[in-house]
Amino acid sequence: MNINFQNVKTIYFKEVKSYFNSAIAYIVMIVFMIISGFLFTMSFFQIGIASLRDFFGNFFIQLMLFVVFIPAITMRSFSEEKKQGTLELLLTKPVSDLELIFGKYFSALTLVVITLFPTVLYFIIISFIGPIAFAPFLTSLLGFILMSAFFIGIGVFISSLTENQIIAFIVSVLICLFFFLMGKLLIIFPPSLVSVFEYLTTDYHLNNISRGVIDSRVLIYYFSMIIFTLFLTKVSLESRKW
Amino acid sequence: MSIKVSNLTKYYGDYLAVDDISFEVKKGEILGFLGPNGAGKTTTMKIITTYLPPTSGKVEVDGIDVEENSLEVRKRLGYLPELNPLYYDMTVTDYLDYVAALDGIPKSQIKTKRDEMIRVCGLEPMRKKDIGTLSKGYKQRVGLAQAMINNPDVLILDEPTSGLDPNQIIEIRNLIKKLGREKTVILSTHILSEVQATCNRVIIINKGKIVADGTTEELQAKSKGESIVTLEVKNNCDRNSLATSLKELRNVNKVEFVRDTGESFIFNIYGQKGVDLREAVSGCVISKGATLLSMQAKQSSLEDIFRELTK
Repeated sequence: MNINFQNVKTIYFKEVKSYFNSAIAYIVMIVFMIISGFLFTMSFFQIGIASLRDFFGNFFIQLMLFVVFIPAITMRSFSEEKKQGTLELLLTKPVSDLELIFGKYFSALTLVVITLFPTVLYFIIISFIGPIAFAPFLTSLLGFILMSAFFIGIGVFISSLTENQIIAFIVSVLICLFFFLMGKLLIIFPPSLVSVFEYLTTDYHLNNISRGVIDSRVLIYYFSMIIFTLFLTKVSLESRKW
Repeated sequence: MSIKVSNLTKYYGDYLAVDDISFEVKKGEILGFLGPNGAGKTTTMKIITTYLPPTSGKVEVDGIDVEENSLEVRKRLGYLPELNPLYYDMTVTDYLDYVAALDGIPKSQIKTKRDEMIRVCGLEPMRKKDIGTLSKGYKQRVGLAQAMINNPDVLILDEPTSGLDPNQIIEIRNLIKKLGREKTVILSTHILSEVQATCNRVIIINKGKIVADGTTEELQAKSKGESIVTLEVKNNCDRNSLATSLKELRNVNKVEFVRDTGESFIFNIYGQKGVDLREAVSGCVISKGATLLSMQAKQSSLEDIFRELTK
Protein backbone atom coordinates (compact mmCIF):
# COMPACT_ATOMS: atom_id res chain seq x y z
CA MET A 1 0.00 0.00 0.00
CA ASN A 2 1.77 3.07 -1.24
CA ILE A 3 0.35 6.41 -0.32
CA ASN A 4 1.54 9.33 -2.39
CA PHE A 5 1.18 12.23 0.04
CA GLN A 6 1.46 14.74 -2.76
CA ASN A 7 -1.86 13.45 -4.08
CA VAL A 8 -3.45 13.48 -0.63
CA LYS A 9 -2.29 17.07 -0.24
CA THR A 10 -3.67 18.11 -3.63
CA ILE A 11 -7.10 16.67 -2.87
CA TYR A 12 -7.03 17.93 0.72
CA PHE A 13 -6.40 21.55 -0.25
CA LYS A 14 -8.95 21.46 -3.04
CA GLU A 15 -11.56 20.12 -0.62
CA VAL A 16 -10.79 22.62 2.13
CA LYS A 17 -11.00 25.39 -0.44
CA SER A 18 -14.34 24.16 -1.74
CA TYR A 19 -15.75 24.01 1.82
CA PHE A 20 -14.90 27.67 2.17
CA ASN A 21 -16.29 28.42 -1.27
CA SER A 22 -19.66 27.04 -0.26
CA ALA A 23 -21.98 28.24 2.46
CA ILE A 24 -21.76 25.09 4.60
CA ALA A 25 -18.46 25.92 6.27
CA TYR A 26 -19.61 29.39 7.29
CA ILE A 27 -23.04 28.28 8.46
CA VAL A 28 -21.59 25.52 10.62
CA MET A 29 -18.89 27.72 12.11
CA ILE A 30 -21.09 30.72 12.76
CA VAL A 31 -23.97 28.74 14.26
CA PHE A 32 -21.59 26.77 16.43
CA MET A 33 -19.89 29.96 17.60
CA ILE A 34 -23.18 31.68 18.43
CA ILE A 35 -24.63 28.76 20.35
CA SER A 36 -21.44 27.78 22.12
CA GLY A 37 -20.70 31.40 22.91
CA PHE A 38 -24.18 31.84 24.30
CA LEU A 39 -23.92 28.75 26.50
CA PHE A 40 -20.48 29.74 27.68
CA THR A 41 -21.42 33.30 28.65
CA MET A 42 -24.68 32.13 30.23
CA SER A 43 -22.91 29.90 32.69
CA PHE A 44 -20.16 32.44 33.07
CA PHE A 45 -22.28 35.42 34.03
CA GLN A 46 -25.49 33.96 35.42
CA ILE A 47 -24.28 31.10 37.50
CA GLY A 48 -20.89 32.60 38.06
CA ILE A 49 -19.15 29.43 37.19
CA ALA A 50 -16.25 29.50 34.83
CA SER A 51 -16.05 25.92 33.81
CA LEU A 52 -15.38 24.21 30.56
CA ARG A 53 -16.52 20.86 31.88
CA ASP A 54 -20.08 22.08 31.53
CA PHE A 55 -19.32 23.29 28.10
CA PHE A 56 -17.84 20.08 26.71
CA GLY A 57 -20.29 17.97 28.69
CA ASN A 58 -23.28 19.96 27.45
CA PHE A 59 -25.73 17.62 25.80
CA PHE A 60 -26.94 20.25 23.38
CA ILE A 61 -23.47 21.21 22.21
CA GLN A 62 -22.58 17.58 21.64
CA LEU A 63 -25.82 16.82 19.84
CA MET A 64 -25.44 19.82 17.58
CA LEU A 65 -21.85 19.13 16.66
CA PHE A 66 -21.86 15.37 16.34
CA VAL A 67 -25.32 14.67 15.04
CA VAL A 68 -26.12 17.70 12.90
CA PHE A 69 -22.97 19.55 11.88
CA ILE A 70 -20.73 16.64 11.01
CA PRO A 71 -23.25 14.99 8.67
CA ALA A 72 -23.83 18.43 7.12
CA ILE A 73 -20.12 18.78 6.47
CA THR A 74 -19.57 15.27 5.10
CA MET A 75 -22.80 14.80 3.13
CA ARG A 76 -21.39 16.14 -0.11
CA SER A 77 -17.89 14.68 0.02
CA PHE A 78 -18.50 11.72 -2.28
CA SER A 79 -22.19 12.18 -3.15
CA GLU A 80 -21.51 15.30 -5.15
CA GLU A 81 -18.63 13.66 -7.02
CA LYS A 82 -20.87 10.75 -7.91
CA LYS A 83 -23.68 12.99 -9.04
CA GLN A 84 -21.47 15.22 -11.20
CA GLY A 85 -19.54 12.27 -12.63
CA THR A 86 -16.30 13.73 -11.28
CA LEU A 87 -15.66 10.54 -9.33
CA GLU A 88 -14.90 8.91 -12.67
CA LEU A 89 -12.46 11.73 -13.38
CA LEU A 90 -10.68 11.25 -10.05
CA LEU A 91 -10.58 7.47 -10.30
CA THR A 92 -9.02 7.55 -13.76
CA LYS A 93 -6.29 9.93 -12.66
CA PRO A 94 -3.10 8.46 -11.19
CA VAL A 95 -4.59 8.72 -7.69
CA SER A 96 -5.37 5.71 -5.54
CA ASP A 97 -8.71 5.23 -3.79
CA LEU A 98 -7.06 5.62 -0.39
CA GLU A 99 -5.34 8.87 -1.33
CA LEU A 100 -8.69 10.23 -2.39
CA ILE A 101 -10.39 9.06 0.82
CA PHE A 102 -7.64 10.52 3.02
CA GLY A 103 -7.73 13.85 1.22
CA LYS A 104 -11.48 14.13 1.69
CA TYR A 105 -11.48 12.77 5.23
CA PHE A 106 -8.81 15.09 6.58
CA SER A 107 -10.32 18.14 4.91
CA ALA A 108 -13.61 17.50 6.75
CA LEU A 109 -11.69 16.93 9.98
CA THR A 110 -9.87 20.21 9.46
CA LEU A 111 -13.12 22.07 9.15
CA VAL A 112 -14.36 20.58 12.45
CA VAL A 113 -11.11 21.43 14.21
CA ILE A 114 -11.42 25.02 12.97
CA THR A 115 -15.01 25.07 14.23
CA LEU A 116 -13.80 23.97 17.67
CA PHE A 117 -11.19 26.70 17.76
CA PRO A 118 -13.33 29.20 19.76
CA THR A 119 -13.18 26.86 22.75
CA VAL A 120 -9.50 27.69 23.02
CA LEU A 121 -10.50 31.34 23.35
CA TYR A 122 -12.92 30.45 26.15
CA PHE A 123 -10.10 28.66 27.91
CA ILE A 124 -7.84 31.66 27.60
CA ILE A 125 -10.57 33.97 28.93
CA ILE A 126 -11.13 31.78 31.96
CA SER A 127 -7.43 31.43 32.60
CA PHE A 128 -7.24 35.20 33.08
CA ILE A 129 -9.85 35.07 35.81
CA GLY A 130 -8.58 32.25 37.89
CA PRO A 131 -6.67 29.02 38.00
CA ILE A 132 -7.91 26.42 35.60
CA ALA A 133 -6.83 22.85 35.12
CA PHE A 134 -5.04 22.57 31.83
CA ALA A 135 -5.18 18.80 31.40
CA PRO A 136 -8.96 18.26 31.47
CA PHE A 137 -9.42 21.03 28.94
CA LEU A 138 -6.87 19.56 26.61
CA THR A 139 -8.15 16.02 26.89
CA SER A 140 -11.75 17.16 26.52
CA LEU A 141 -10.80 18.94 23.36
CA LEU A 142 -8.91 15.87 22.19
CA GLY A 143 -11.94 13.73 23.02
CA PHE A 144 -14.15 16.03 20.97
CA ILE A 145 -11.76 15.85 18.05
CA LEU A 146 -11.51 12.05 18.25
CA MET A 147 -15.25 11.69 18.44
CA SER A 148 -15.63 14.06 15.48
CA ALA A 149 -13.02 12.04 13.60
CA PHE A 150 -15.08 8.90 14.12
CA PHE A 151 -18.35 10.52 13.07
CA ILE A 152 -16.71 12.13 10.04
CA GLY A 153 -15.68 8.61 9.05
CA ILE A 154 -19.31 7.55 9.26
CA GLY A 155 -20.42 10.58 7.26
CA VAL A 156 -17.81 10.10 4.53
CA PHE A 157 -18.70 6.43 4.23
CA ILE A 158 -22.45 7.10 3.96
CA SER A 159 -21.81 9.80 1.38
CA SER A 160 -19.87 7.31 -0.73
CA LEU A 161 -22.98 5.12 -0.92
CA THR A 162 -25.37 7.55 -2.56
CA GLU A 163 -25.31 10.33 -5.07
CA ASN A 164 -28.04 12.15 -3.19
CA GLN A 165 -26.70 14.57 -0.58
CA ILE A 166 -29.97 14.74 1.32
CA ILE A 167 -30.09 10.97 1.73
CA ALA A 168 -26.45 10.99 2.79
CA PHE A 169 -27.25 13.64 5.40
CA ILE A 170 -30.30 11.91 6.85
CA VAL A 171 -28.73 8.48 7.04
CA SER A 172 -25.57 9.90 8.63
CA VAL A 173 -27.67 11.78 11.18
CA LEU A 174 -29.49 8.59 12.12
CA ILE A 175 -26.32 6.54 12.50
CA CYS A 176 -24.51 9.26 14.44
CA LEU A 177 -27.59 9.67 16.59
CA PHE A 178 -27.62 5.96 17.29
CA PHE A 179 -23.99 5.94 18.47
CA PHE A 180 -24.49 9.16 20.36
CA LEU A 181 -27.62 8.10 22.22
CA MET A 182 -26.61 4.52 22.87
CA GLY A 183 -24.59 5.67 25.86
CA LYS A 184 -27.55 7.52 27.33
CA LEU A 185 -29.81 4.51 26.90
CA LEU A 186 -27.64 1.90 28.57
CA ILE A 187 -30.28 1.45 31.26
CA ILE A 188 -32.47 -0.48 28.88
CA PHE A 189 -29.89 -3.20 28.32
CA PRO A 190 -29.71 -6.24 30.60
CA PRO A 191 -27.07 -5.65 33.30
CA SER A 192 -24.88 -8.47 32.10
CA LEU A 193 -24.47 -6.82 28.69
CA VAL A 194 -24.03 -3.28 29.87
CA SER A 195 -20.24 -3.44 30.09
CA VAL A 196 -20.00 -4.70 26.53
CA PHE A 197 -22.30 -2.05 25.11
CA GLU A 198 -20.72 0.55 27.27
CA TYR A 199 -17.42 -0.02 25.51
CA LEU A 200 -19.09 0.46 22.15
CA THR A 201 -20.73 3.76 23.01
CA THR A 202 -18.98 6.96 22.22
CA ASP A 203 -20.31 8.54 25.38
CA TYR A 204 -18.35 6.30 27.67
CA HIS A 205 -15.08 7.12 25.97
CA LEU A 206 -15.78 10.81 25.76
CA ASN A 207 -16.52 10.95 29.48
CA ASN A 208 -13.49 8.87 30.16
CA ILE A 209 -11.05 11.05 28.26
CA SER A 210 -12.60 14.30 29.52
CA ARG A 211 -11.34 13.59 33.03
CA GLY A 212 -7.87 14.66 32.00
CA VAL A 213 -6.21 11.32 31.58
CA ILE A 214 -5.64 9.71 28.21
CA ASP A 215 -6.57 6.08 28.48
CA SER A 216 -5.09 3.86 25.79
CA ARG A 217 -8.40 1.96 25.53
CA VAL A 218 -10.07 5.18 24.48
CA LEU A 219 -7.51 5.79 21.79
CA ILE A 220 -7.80 2.20 20.58
CA TYR A 221 -11.57 2.52 20.44
CA TYR A 222 -11.54 5.68 18.38
CA PHE A 223 -8.72 4.72 16.05
CA SER A 224 -10.19 1.32 15.30
CA MET A 225 -13.59 2.90 14.62
CA ILE A 226 -12.01 5.50 12.34
CA ILE A 227 -10.01 2.90 10.44
CA PHE A 228 -13.11 0.74 10.13
CA THR A 229 -15.20 3.54 8.60
CA LEU A 230 -12.39 4.44 6.18
CA PHE A 231 -12.08 0.78 5.23
CA LEU A 232 -15.82 0.64 4.53
CA THR A 233 -15.46 3.74 2.34
CA LYS A 234 -12.73 2.05 0.35
CA VAL A 235 -14.90 -1.03 -0.11
CA SER A 236 -17.75 1.21 -1.21
CA LEU A 237 -15.57 2.91 -3.83
CA GLU A 238 -14.39 -0.46 -5.07
CA SER A 239 -17.95 -1.69 -5.38
CA ARG A 240 -18.08 -0.09 -8.84
CA LYS A 241 -15.90 -2.99 -9.91
CA TRP A 242 -18.25 -5.71 -8.72
CA MET B 1 2.30 3.65 -27.25
CA SER B 2 -0.47 1.38 -28.24
CA ILE B 3 -3.63 -0.11 -26.93
CA LYS B 4 -4.16 -3.83 -27.13
CA VAL B 5 -7.54 -5.30 -26.30
CA SER B 6 -7.73 -9.08 -26.28
CA ASN B 7 -10.92 -11.10 -25.88
CA LEU B 8 -12.51 -8.44 -23.74
CA THR B 9 -15.84 -9.36 -22.19
CA LYS B 10 -17.88 -7.36 -19.72
CA TYR B 11 -21.05 -8.36 -17.95
CA TYR B 12 -23.15 -6.02 -15.83
CA GLY B 13 -24.86 -8.62 -13.71
CA ASP B 14 -26.56 -10.75 -16.32
CA TYR B 15 -26.37 -8.16 -19.05
CA LEU B 16 -23.63 -8.72 -21.59
CA ALA B 17 -22.29 -5.29 -22.51
CA VAL B 18 -19.10 -6.24 -24.34
CA ASP B 19 -18.82 -9.62 -26.00
CA ASP B 20 -15.33 -10.98 -26.62
CA ILE B 21 -13.84 -8.12 -28.60
CA SER B 22 -10.22 -7.82 -29.68
CA PHE B 23 -8.45 -5.01 -31.45
CA GLU B 24 -5.24 -3.07 -31.43
CA VAL B 25 -4.55 0.61 -31.90
CA LYS B 26 -1.09 1.84 -32.79
CA LYS B 27 0.66 5.13 -32.28
CA GLY B 28 -0.44 7.73 -34.77
CA GLU B 29 -3.80 6.10 -35.29
CA ILE B 30 -7.05 7.88 -34.64
CA LEU B 31 -9.64 5.22 -34.12
CA GLY B 32 -13.31 6.07 -34.44
CA PHE B 33 -15.57 4.00 -32.27
CA LEU B 34 -19.00 3.83 -33.84
CA GLY B 35 -22.14 2.15 -32.71
CA PRO B 36 -25.73 2.70 -31.67
CA ASN B 37 -26.60 3.58 -28.08
CA GLY B 38 -25.88 0.75 -25.69
CA ALA B 39 -23.52 -0.99 -28.10
CA GLY B 40 -20.69 -1.14 -25.56
CA LYS B 41 -18.54 1.81 -26.68
CA THR B 42 -18.52 3.61 -23.36
CA THR B 43 -18.05 0.39 -21.41
CA THR B 44 -15.00 -0.51 -23.49
CA MET B 45 -13.59 2.96 -22.91
CA LYS B 46 -14.21 2.73 -19.18
CA ILE B 47 -12.28 -0.53 -19.09
CA ILE B 48 -9.36 0.88 -21.06
CA THR B 49 -9.22 3.85 -18.68
CA THR B 50 -9.16 1.48 -15.65
CA TYR B 51 -12.45 2.78 -14.25
CA LEU B 52 -14.10 -0.62 -14.60
CA PRO B 53 -12.44 -4.03 -14.60
CA PRO B 54 -13.15 -6.49 -17.42
CA THR B 55 -15.14 -9.62 -16.61
CA SER B 56 -12.64 -11.53 -18.69
CA GLY B 57 -10.01 -10.75 -21.27
CA LYS B 58 -7.13 -8.39 -21.16
CA VAL B 59 -6.40 -4.76 -21.98
CA GLU B 60 -2.90 -3.41 -22.26
CA VAL B 61 -1.81 0.19 -22.70
CA ASP B 62 1.84 0.49 -23.76
CA GLY B 63 2.17 -3.15 -22.76
CA ILE B 64 0.95 -2.45 -19.21
CA ASP B 65 -2.04 -4.39 -17.97
CA VAL B 66 -4.90 -2.09 -16.92
CA GLU B 67 -5.91 -4.29 -14.03
CA GLU B 68 -2.55 -5.19 -12.59
CA ASN B 69 -0.95 -1.80 -12.79
CA SER B 70 -3.78 0.64 -13.17
CA LEU B 71 -1.96 3.66 -11.71
CA GLU B 72 0.84 3.34 -14.29
CA VAL B 73 -1.72 3.12 -17.07
CA ARG B 74 -3.57 6.17 -15.77
CA LYS B 75 -0.37 8.24 -15.95
CA ARG B 76 -0.26 7.61 -19.70
CA LEU B 77 -3.91 8.35 -20.31
CA GLY B 78 -6.00 11.34 -21.09
CA TYR B 79 -9.68 10.61 -20.72
CA LEU B 80 -12.73 12.68 -21.48
CA PRO B 81 -15.74 10.78 -20.11
CA GLU B 82 -19.11 11.02 -21.78
CA LEU B 83 -20.64 13.20 -19.08
CA ASN B 84 -17.68 15.61 -19.10
CA PRO B 85 -17.06 15.80 -15.35
CA LEU B 86 -16.40 19.34 -14.17
CA TYR B 87 -16.53 21.20 -10.86
CA TYR B 88 -18.98 23.97 -11.55
CA ASP B 89 -17.86 26.05 -8.60
CA MET B 90 -14.24 26.21 -9.76
CA THR B 91 -12.75 28.63 -12.22
CA VAL B 92 -11.25 27.28 -15.44
CA THR B 93 -7.69 27.90 -14.24
CA ASP B 94 -8.30 26.41 -10.78
CA TYR B 95 -9.85 23.33 -12.31
CA LEU B 96 -7.02 22.77 -14.76
CA ASP B 97 -4.43 23.37 -12.02
CA TYR B 98 -6.17 20.77 -9.85
CA VAL B 99 -6.31 18.23 -12.66
CA ALA B 100 -2.68 18.89 -13.56
CA ALA B 101 -1.62 18.31 -9.95
CA LEU B 102 -3.58 15.05 -9.86
CA ASP B 103 -1.86 14.03 -13.05
CA GLY B 104 1.42 14.35 -11.18
CA ILE B 105 2.72 17.32 -13.14
CA PRO B 106 5.45 19.02 -11.05
CA LYS B 107 4.30 22.22 -9.40
CA SER B 108 6.81 24.33 -11.32
CA GLN B 109 5.35 23.24 -14.66
CA ILE B 110 1.64 23.40 -13.85
CA LYS B 111 1.22 27.05 -14.76
CA THR B 112 2.93 26.69 -18.15
CA LYS B 113 0.99 23.53 -19.03
CA ARG B 114 -2.30 25.05 -17.98
CA ASP B 115 -1.72 28.24 -19.97
CA GLU B 116 -0.74 26.18 -22.98
CA MET B 117 -3.97 24.18 -22.76
CA ILE B 118 -6.03 27.34 -22.33
CA ARG B 119 -4.45 28.73 -25.48
CA VAL B 120 -4.77 25.53 -27.50
CA CYS B 121 -8.41 25.02 -26.54
CA GLY B 122 -9.34 28.67 -27.07
CA LEU B 123 -10.35 29.27 -23.46
CA GLU B 124 -8.46 32.53 -23.04
CA PRO B 125 -11.53 34.79 -22.53
CA MET B 126 -13.02 32.35 -19.99
CA ARG B 127 -10.02 31.58 -17.82
CA LYS B 128 -11.20 33.42 -14.70
CA LYS B 129 -14.85 32.41 -15.01
CA ASP B 130 -16.62 29.78 -12.94
CA ILE B 131 -17.09 26.65 -15.04
CA GLY B 132 -20.79 26.53 -14.13
CA THR B 133 -21.38 29.79 -15.98
CA LEU B 134 -19.80 28.63 -19.26
CA SER B 135 -21.75 27.56 -22.33
CA LYS B 136 -21.80 23.91 -23.28
CA GLY B 137 -19.19 24.37 -25.98
CA TYR B 138 -16.76 26.03 -23.58
CA LYS B 139 -17.41 23.34 -20.99
CA GLN B 140 -16.53 20.74 -23.59
CA ARG B 141 -13.30 22.58 -24.33
CA VAL B 142 -12.45 22.61 -20.64
CA GLY B 143 -13.06 18.85 -20.65
CA LEU B 144 -10.70 18.42 -23.59
CA ALA B 145 -8.07 20.59 -21.93
CA GLN B 146 -8.43 18.40 -18.85
CA ALA B 147 -7.85 15.25 -20.89
CA MET B 148 -4.79 16.57 -22.67
CA ILE B 149 -3.03 18.57 -19.97
CA ASN B 150 -0.61 15.79 -19.05
CA ASN B 151 0.37 15.36 -22.70
CA PRO B 152 -0.75 11.72 -22.61
CA ASP B 153 0.41 9.00 -24.99
CA VAL B 154 -3.12 7.69 -25.22
CA LEU B 155 -6.23 9.82 -25.56
CA ILE B 156 -9.67 8.34 -24.93
CA LEU B 157 -12.46 10.71 -25.89
CA ASP B 158 -16.08 9.73 -25.37
CA GLU B 159 -18.11 11.90 -27.75
CA PRO B 160 -15.70 14.82 -27.73
CA THR B 161 -17.66 17.16 -29.99
CA SER B 162 -21.12 16.79 -28.48
CA GLY B 163 -22.71 20.13 -27.80
CA LEU B 164 -20.32 22.16 -29.91
CA ASP B 165 -21.32 24.49 -32.72
CA PRO B 166 -20.12 23.70 -36.27
CA ASN B 167 -17.12 26.05 -36.07
CA GLN B 168 -16.02 24.61 -32.77
CA ILE B 169 -16.48 21.08 -34.09
CA ILE B 170 -14.09 21.80 -36.94
CA GLU B 171 -11.58 23.37 -34.56
CA ILE B 172 -11.74 20.44 -32.17
CA ARG B 173 -11.46 17.93 -35.01
CA ASN B 174 -8.37 19.67 -36.32
CA LEU B 175 -6.95 19.69 -32.83
CA ILE B 176 -7.55 15.97 -32.46
CA LYS B 177 -6.04 15.30 -35.88
CA LYS B 178 -2.97 17.32 -35.01
CA LEU B 179 -2.53 15.53 -31.71
CA GLY B 180 -3.26 12.17 -33.26
CA ARG B 181 -0.03 12.21 -35.23
CA GLU B 182 2.08 11.49 -32.19
CA LYS B 183 -0.49 9.81 -29.95
CA THR B 184 -2.89 6.94 -29.91
CA VAL B 185 -6.45 8.25 -29.99
CA ILE B 186 -9.77 6.49 -29.57
CA LEU B 187 -12.88 8.57 -29.95
CA SER B 188 -16.45 7.47 -29.84
CA THR B 189 -19.18 9.26 -31.66
CA HIS B 190 -22.65 9.02 -33.12
CA ILE B 191 -21.80 11.45 -35.87
CA LEU B 192 -20.64 9.52 -38.89
CA SER B 193 -19.25 12.47 -40.78
CA GLU B 194 -17.01 13.03 -37.79
CA VAL B 195 -15.41 9.67 -38.31
CA GLN B 196 -14.85 10.42 -41.95
CA ALA B 197 -13.36 13.80 -41.11
CA THR B 198 -11.07 12.83 -38.25
CA CYS B 199 -10.36 9.14 -38.03
CA ASN B 200 -8.03 7.03 -40.08
CA ARG B 201 -9.67 3.87 -38.85
CA VAL B 202 -13.16 2.86 -37.78
CA ILE B 203 -14.50 0.13 -35.57
CA ILE B 204 -18.23 -0.37 -35.66
CA ILE B 205 -19.57 -2.11 -32.62
CA ASN B 206 -23.05 -3.48 -32.15
CA LYS B 207 -24.55 -5.39 -29.25
CA GLY B 208 -21.11 -5.74 -27.70
CA LYS B 209 -19.49 -7.22 -30.80
CA ILE B 210 -17.19 -5.71 -33.41
CA VAL B 211 -19.04 -5.83 -36.72
CA ALA B 212 -16.55 -3.90 -38.83
CA ASP B 213 -12.96 -2.79 -38.53
CA GLY B 214 -10.96 -0.89 -41.12
CA THR B 215 -10.37 2.45 -42.79
CA THR B 216 -13.44 4.29 -44.01
CA GLU B 217 -12.46 3.47 -47.61
CA GLU B 218 -12.12 -0.21 -46.81
CA LEU B 219 -15.50 -0.26 -45.15
CA GLN B 220 -17.09 1.44 -48.12
CA ALA B 221 -15.52 -1.06 -50.48
CA LYS B 222 -16.69 -3.95 -48.35
CA SER B 223 -20.25 -2.82 -48.09
CA LYS B 224 -22.63 -4.48 -50.50
CA GLY B 225 -24.13 -1.18 -51.63
CA GLU B 226 -24.32 -0.68 -55.42
CA SER B 227 -22.75 2.21 -57.25
CA ILE B 228 -25.13 4.93 -58.24
CA VAL B 229 -24.80 7.62 -60.88
CA THR B 230 -27.17 10.54 -60.96
CA LEU B 231 -27.53 11.88 -64.47
CA GLU B 232 -29.08 15.09 -65.69
CA VAL B 233 -29.67 15.68 -69.41
CA LYS B 234 -31.40 18.50 -71.28
CA ASN B 235 -35.04 17.66 -72.05
CA ASN B 236 -34.61 18.00 -75.82
CA CYS B 237 -34.23 14.24 -76.28
CA ASP B 238 -36.41 11.15 -76.14
CA ARG B 239 -36.20 10.09 -72.57
CA ASN B 240 -37.58 6.57 -73.06
CA SER B 241 -35.12 5.57 -75.75
CA LEU B 242 -32.26 7.07 -73.71
CA ALA B 243 -33.34 5.02 -70.69
CA THR B 244 -33.50 1.87 -72.78
CA SER B 245 -30.03 2.30 -74.21
CA LEU B 246 -28.61 3.18 -70.80
CA LYS B 247 -30.09 -0.02 -69.46
CA GLU B 248 -28.27 -2.02 -72.12
CA LEU B 249 -24.86 -0.79 -70.92
CA ARG B 250 -22.55 -3.27 -69.24
CA ASN B 251 -22.79 -3.53 -65.44
CA VAL B 252 -25.98 -1.49 -65.27
CA ASN B 253 -28.68 -3.12 -63.18
CA LYS B 254 -31.43 -0.59 -63.26
CA VAL B 255 -32.26 2.81 -64.67
CA GLU B 256 -34.72 4.94 -62.80
CA PHE B 257 -36.31 8.09 -64.09
CA VAL B 258 -36.45 10.49 -61.17
CA ARG B 259 -38.21 13.59 -62.46
CA ASP B 260 -38.66 16.14 -65.17
CA THR B 261 -37.51 19.57 -63.94
CA GLY B 262 -39.06 21.35 -66.92
CA GLU B 263 -35.68 21.93 -68.50
CA SER B 264 -33.99 18.63 -67.87
CA PHE B 265 -34.52 14.96 -67.07
CA ILE B 266 -32.93 13.36 -64.06
CA PHE B 267 -32.06 9.67 -63.95
CA ASN B 268 -30.58 7.41 -61.33
CA ILE B 269 -28.48 4.63 -62.79
CA TYR B 270 -27.70 1.69 -60.52
CA GLY B 271 -24.67 -0.40 -61.34
CA GLN B 272 -22.75 -3.26 -59.90
CA LYS B 273 -20.76 -2.65 -56.74
CA GLY B 274 -17.38 -0.99 -57.16
CA VAL B 275 -17.87 -0.13 -60.84
CA ASP B 276 -17.54 3.43 -62.04
CA LEU B 277 -20.28 3.85 -64.63
CA ARG B 278 -19.61 7.44 -65.52
CA GLU B 279 -17.53 6.89 -68.63
CA ALA B 280 -19.98 4.45 -70.18
CA VAL B 281 -22.94 6.64 -69.29
CA SER B 282 -21.49 9.82 -70.76
CA GLY B 283 -20.55 7.95 -73.95
CA CYS B 284 -24.07 6.63 -74.27
CA VAL B 285 -25.67 10.04 -73.69
CA ILE B 286 -23.49 11.66 -76.37
CA SER B 287 -24.07 8.85 -78.88
CA LYS B 288 -27.83 9.36 -78.44
CA GLY B 289 -27.35 13.03 -79.25
CA ALA B 290 -28.59 14.23 -75.86
CA THR B 291 -27.04 17.16 -73.97
CA LEU B 292 -25.28 16.12 -70.80
CA LEU B 293 -25.81 18.69 -68.05
CA SER B 294 -24.41 16.95 -64.99
CA MET B 295 -23.41 13.61 -63.66
CA GLN B 296 -22.48 12.50 -60.19
CA ALA B 297 -21.23 9.19 -58.86
CA LYS B 298 -22.43 8.33 -55.38
CA GLN B 299 -20.58 5.95 -53.13
CA SER B 300 -22.59 4.16 -50.51
CA SER B 301 -22.01 6.37 -47.49
CA LEU B 302 -20.79 5.41 -44.09
CA GLU B 303 -24.37 5.96 -42.97
CA ASP B 304 -25.49 3.14 -45.27
CA ILE B 305 -22.78 0.84 -43.98
CA PHE B 306 -23.60 1.72 -40.41
CA ARG B 307 -27.29 1.05 -40.88
CA GLU B 308 -26.59 -2.16 -42.72
CA LEU B 309 -24.28 -3.49 -39.99
CA THR B 310 -26.17 -2.43 -36.91
CA LYS B 311 -29.66 -3.40 -37.96
